[in-house]
Amino acid sequence: MPLNIVLAEDSPLLRDGLVSVLTRVGHQVPAAVGDADALIAAAHEHDPDIVITDVRMPPGNADDGLRAAVALREHRPTLPILVLSQYIEQSYATHLLDLGSETGIGYLLKDRVSAVTQFASAVEEVAAGATVMDPEVVRQLLRRRQDPLRRLTPREREVLSLMAEGRTNGEIARGLYVTEAAVNKHVSSILQKLDLRLDGQGHRRVLAVLAYLRA
Amino acid sequence: MPSRTAWQALAQHPLGFLASAWPWRALAYLLSGVVFGAIAMVTLLIMAATGLVSLIVGVGAVLLLAVALSGIVVTRIERHRLRLVDPDPAPDPHRAPERPGLRGWLDTRLREPATWRELSFTAVSMTALWWMDLLVLAFALGLPPLLMTSPMDDPRAWPWLVIGLCLLPAAPYTITAWAGARAALTRLILAPRDGELGRELTEVRASRARLVDAFDAERRRIERDLHDGAQQRLVSINVMLGLAGLDAEPGSPVARQLALAQGEVTLAVNELRELSRGVHPKALTDHGLDAAVGNLTTRSALPVTVDIRLPYRLPAAVESTGYFVVAEALANATKHSRATQAEVHARLEADVLTLTVRDDGVGGADPAAGTGLVGLADRVAAADGRLRISSPAGGPTLLRVELPCR
Repeated sequence: MPLNIVLAEDSPLLRDGLVSVLTRVGHQVPAAVGDADALIAAAHEHDPDIVITDVRMPPGNADDGLRAAVALREHRPTLPILVLSQYIEQSYATHLLDLGSETGIGYLLKDRVSAVTQFASAVEEVAAGATVMDPEVVRQLLRRRQDPLRRLTPREREVLSLMAEGRTNGEIARGLYVTEAAVNKHVSSILQKLDLRLDGQGHRRVLAVLAYLRA
Repeated sequence: MPSRTAWQALAQHPLGFLASAWPWRALAYLLSGVVFGAIAMVTLLIMAATGLVSLIVGVGAVLLLAVALSGIVVTRIERHRLRLVDPDPAPDPHRAPERPGLRGWLDTRLREPATWRELSFTAVSMTALWWMDLLVLAFALGLPPLLMTSPMDDPRAWPWLVIGLCLLPAAPYTITAWAGARAALTRLILAPRDGELGRELTEVRASRARLVDAFDAERRRIERDLHDGAQQRLVSINVMLGLAGLDAEPGSPVARQLALAQGEVTLAVNELRELSRGVHPKALTDHGLDAAVGNLTTRSALPVTVDIRLPYRLPAAVESTGYFVVAEALANATKHSRATQAEVHARLEADVLTLTVRDDGVGGADPAAGTGLVGLADRVAAADGRLRISSPAGGPTLLRVELPCR
């Protein structure tokens, strides 16, 4: 199922690289632009399945890309957005998550693009409505909420950070080389300790965990 | 140490002063003050009277204008006389006329506060100062001889001779004390105000702040160049390597080499990211102090509670100084204090940003020992701020910085 993607990245070199990666895995990129105004115009014109944008770009060379994404989102609340950033800045992640999303939001470090297959699957997940957060964001959030997290065992903390990245229990089990039943036990223990109410599946669980970590 | 004024000489070497030139200089100052004061007073009174009388003819206006501007001449001479007891130069407070010719000169002079200050000094000088000079001279030099000669008429008045003899050595002190006081008053009124001379002074202060601003701008530029140049290039090389990896046979030597290369480039990207973050955090430019400090603390190994509530974005110079303070204080706490937690607190009250960083470490932070604190103090001083630190042995350490945001 090829996706229709609008892309904004101000460095021509990386823009071409991104287009190559996305077309290589079978998607279409009808517009790849270099500034925030062109991004808004292109998104209105092509009505894409997902917008991928860098944070810093002209005209202001501040967080114009992020703001354009937020504006597009207000215009069309279901539009999936994947933000790529040179840095993981907590304030940007928080800003994005504050969109009160029920559909796809992603925030990844630019370097993740070079792991081509993983990047492609992150794009598809966000387009399908999942929430994808860079492991680095999760790591920082975990570090910030030291206090209640002290109640978790090291293994439970590992499981929590994988939950926050949007992994299913099956994926977590494979990643940690334990049975899925063990993961289920960890998850329910975590939920109990952190007093979280999650409706089991998918990105809502991620959002709940992230919301907890940000609080 | 040689004395710089008559007053200093009097205070520093009360006895040696008698053998110096200072008493004589003070005497000359007062004598010339009496002579000049008398001449100036008579001249000005005649001019003013003649001016008033001949006002009907029109010539009077010119004379009265001359009286109004007389302060310029009188005080120029006063500044010269001042050197007798206070050799420090007293600069002329007047501006250069804006336009050439008599009209231009008159325009500038009449609109300068210095001119009117000089006129009022002249008035004070005419009515009081030179009379005081006269009285002091009379008391110090006239009274003792008068007393000493009184026994000539009446032999029983010999105690007066003793009193006169005792008063005579006091004369240099009396004369110098008044000369010093008069010189100080003259300097106070006639010295240029900050606004007149002060262009230079404020320039100097401003340039120190400008230097820091320039330095900050330079850091922002370096960070931007790194971001737009080397970092983007490295990331795109990594993407190319990733794409090439897709074409390589899985498990082949080429695929392994590509994976190794990708790992290396990723490390380089990470190093460069940390470097440029240290140079100037991007969130500071985009979102301000609160966000930048928040990002800083999520990366810190020490758990930090942040409570920064600011009504609006502060000037860039204040933000970067504040950020620098917090970053440095937290780095110190992490490195030296063995703290288990820290707090950062910031409020803006009446145009002053108050930042406090507290940690529960072992304390004993000594500005004299480390360069970090001195660097902080320099940085804060350049922004016209204050830095205070309390760090008793055993802790806790509290660092408080106040930065004006005008």
